[in-house]
Amino acid sequence: MEQQRESAELGMWLFLITEIMFFGGMFCAYLVYRYMYYQAWEAGSEQMDFWYGTINTVVLICSSLTMAMAVRSAQIGQRKALVAFLIVTMIFGCAFMGIKSVEYYGHWTEHQFPGPNFHFDGPDAQHVQIFFFLYWTMTGLHALHMLIGIVLVGFIAYWSWRGKYGADYYNPVENTGLYWHFVDMVWIYLYPLLYLISHKHGR
Amino acid sequence: MSAHIASKKLYIGVWLALMVLTVVTATVSRIDLGAASAAVALAIATTKALLVVLFFMGVKYVSQKITVVVIVSGLFFLGLLLILSMADYGTRAFK
Repeated sequence: MEQQRESAELGMWLFLITEIMFFGGMFCAYLVYRYMYYQAWEAGSEQMDFWYGTINTVVLICSSLTMAMAVRSAQIGQRKALVAFLIVTMIFGCAFMGIKSVEYYGHWTEHQFPGPNFHFDGPDAQHVQIFFFLYWTMTGLHALHMLIGIVLVGFIAYWSWRGKYGADYYNPVENTGLYWHFVDMVWIYLYPLLYLISHKHGR
Repeated sequence: MSAHIASKKLYIGVWLALMVLTVVTATVSRIDLGAASAAVALAIATTKALLVVLFFMGVKYVSQKITVVVIVSGLFFLGLLLILSMADYGTRAFK
């Protein structure tokens, strides 16, 4: 059983490595364009909502703590605590998505979505559009991962409640935890790279 | 050998450290540090990521070394991607 658990953990890490390369490509594009159009990056960052970004960072860190506590509860066979921690993790995840939606709505109504309706007052509008393209792509794919994570945790919570997991078998709980922490880690980098470029915060 | 079970105190300590680092990076970002600000922000983000990987994801207590090899090799290739791309774009005489 222990060997099975170790193999499942290794397999999950191999998957996470492919995820690192997937997000890595976008971080690379970000880095190249940031180097080429730094002023547009500063101008774009000033359009970011500092408080939404900061609060969402805090929400995700709290969700990672409850996820880690959920895995720990599974390891020591506390079913009720496991279900409770998973539900709290989902609530934090939904709070993140809610805040992100409000933020997206603001950017959308201010014509900050790249395309024919994109509008930016100031020099370098075209390059600011590239910043917003990367902003929407990177945070959008991160948000998609969050959605998948919330659904996954939901299934795990249901099966935990049914008593499927305990101290002798908790691979799915552990691997869902690894996924959740990975998505949190992507945000840990997105937050300073998108929100904190300029020292003059927008809002 | 069974999996390592970390203490509640450790997880809460890591969470506290992550919260403090978030407040630090948010506060420092309001000060104009010039070129150093990106380095400071990335150093703090990497410290946070390390805390998450080592403790929340349990890599510090992982029972087989092959997992660590997989993670390090993955990061190595990410490094190749970023460093070689910047070695190209960063040294072009004209853009």
